[in-house]
Amino acid sequence: MLLVPCPNCGPRNAADMRYVGESGPRPDPNTATPAQWRDYLYTERNPAGLLRETWYCRSGCRTFFVVERDTTNNQFVHGPTRVTKLGGKA
Amino acid sequence: MARAKAAAAGVNPKAKASAKYSAFGLISRGATNTSWPRVWRDVPLKKTYDVVIVGGGVHGLACAYYLAANHGITNVAVLDKADLGSGGSGRNTAIVRSNYLTPEGVAFYDRSLDLYNTMAVDLNINVMFSRRGHMTLAHTDSALRTMRWRAEVNKLQDIDSSVIDPSEVKKLAPSLDVSDHARYPIVGALYHPPGGTIRHDAVVWGYARAADHHGVEMHQKTEVLDIVVEGGTGPEGKGAGGKVTGVRTSRGDISAPIVINCTAGWATLISDMAGVSLPISTRPLQAAVTEPVKVFLPTVVVSGSLHVYVSQTDRGELVFGASVDPFNTYNIRGSLEFTEELAGHVLELMPGISRMRLLRQWSGLCDMTPDYSPVMGITPVDGFLCDVGWGTYGFKAGPVSGEQMAAAIATGQTPTLIEPFSLSRFAKGDLVGEKGAAAVGH
Ligand SMILES: Cc1cc2nc3c(=O)[nH]c(=O)nc-3n(C[C@H](O)[C@H](O)[C@H](O)COP(=O)(O)OP(=O)(O)OC[C@H]3O[C@@H](n4cnc5c(N)ncnc54)[C@H](O)[C@@H]3O)c2cc1C
Ligand SMILES: [Zn+2]
Repeated sequence: MLLVPCPNCGPRNAADMRYVGESGPRPDPNTATPAQWRDYLYTERNPAGLLRETWYCRSGCRTFFVVERDTTNNQFVHGPTRVTKLGGKA
Repeated sequence: MARAKAAAAGVNPKAKASAKYSAFGLISRGATNTSWPRVWRDVPLKKTYDVVIVGGGVHGLACAYYLAANHGITNVAVLDKADLGSGGSGRNTAIVRSNYLTPEGVAFYDRSLDLYNTMAVDLNINVMFSRRGHMTLAHTDSALRTMRWRAEVNKLQDIDSSVIDPSEVKKLAPSLDVSDHARYPIVGALYHPPGGTIRHDAVVWGYARAADHHGVEMHQKTEVLDIVVEGGTGPEGKGAGGKVTGVRTSRGDISAPIVINCTAGWATLISDMAGVSLPISTRPLQAAVTEPVKVFLPTVVVSGSLHVYVSQTDRGELVFGASVDPFNTYNIRGSLEFTEELAGHVLELMPGISRMRLLRQWSGLCDMTPDYSPVMGITPVDGFLCDVGWGTYGFKAGPVSGEQMAAAIATGQTPTLIEPFSLSRFAKGDLVGEKGAAAVGH
């Protein structure tokens, strides 16, 4: 079981959350080319190590937040930080 | 004692790799317990090859075999950081089928089934291919609709695939609860008689042994640490526009004009070394097996809504699988949650097996793509090819992928069968959506 640290609810089972995915800047939809937009949609960094990722506290407080996790041992090393800006992967 | 001694003697590393298996040879060795010959040679790592294949799973080995057998390209090395078949190829639940959703997928996977059909003879090894039939249950009208769609796509390409009703489901698998008071009643199923199971280890060893006979080298415990690329637009001359010149490994540098990425769950780590980004995220898929009981389940049974699939081995164990864990990780520790959920869902389908005990559970890394189709062929780096994105469904694709990737390398052209799966489809937005046929891993 993975205990994900929600900024409001504290550590919660990953099953109570939705994994949104890797966090990163979203290109401006008004100026991005289709290829840039698709790169943003599909390409993953998928590191074996530190990953900045977004979770959504689905069954709890419904907050989006960002954490940093080591994907080789699933330890959370940074965060959580609430996502305040709307849109994108945070 | 005698047995222990023979086991300690093990295989003889000096012996020539075995020629051919025969019934007489297997029986006499089994009876006398003399040491078995090596299945593939153990040779020194050379400094240069025509083709280096990274990853010794079914995909890498099949590609090596077909390069040699179909195209006479034998100066080939397969490198694996661990042992052959220690990745997904030795961890999967060995279900094969071709009842996919897109015409591209159906044609592709069906070619693989053809190759599996003659594999025992082609590779001279018993792969225990059992075409016992494959049944995907529908619990809702919308699931049934997708199945009708799949059945029609399948029939158009001459694949034996049809929608059946609950009474026929009951006939095929009497242990299933088809009553309408189940929590998720079975309202029908997609039935695919040519699907079934195969012995995955035998497939891996068969390809390794046959490739070895053709002169291909397999190097285990040889980790690729970097890929050497020159002239690319990225950092260190890697990336688009560059050209591969070799690999650095834990056992020294190798030069090679062609490097193929067949590392499934580790695919992005390898492609990063060449400066190529992939639309792949790595997630674990868990599986479990019960104690053996008398055979009662004649077909493979899959339930998308309940996220579970089950088949019974010839030994009588039930093998279960599910969907991938819901977040990216390279950690393959199993979870109790998985077993709890699995047991609950299996009992929804087959209430009669509540007293059966699980023997063990395990997990393997899966390289998931956004459209549940693979990424095959050329990349923006010249000489660097990929055969990845196999997610939870890539074992069945091993033979056809090996065959087609070998053809791509030998001819320098992308064969039509794998053209739809090129990396460039993502930039073009030309996805091959197979989620409807592959979301539950198998
Ligand atoms: C539990 C489970 C059940 C499954 N069930 C099915 C099923 O029923 N049917 C089906 O069709 N598919 C199934 N799959 C998927 C299938 O197992 C895989 O898609 C398939 O085995 C991938 O084969 P491969 O040869 O590409 O990769 P793998 O067999 O994973 O081999 C990759 C190899 O690359 C090596 N490697 C990694 N990094 C390096 C490096 N740096 N240097 C050198 N070598 C490296 C690894 O050691 C590994 O041996 C299942 C998977 C799992 C985990
Ligand atoms: Zn919360």
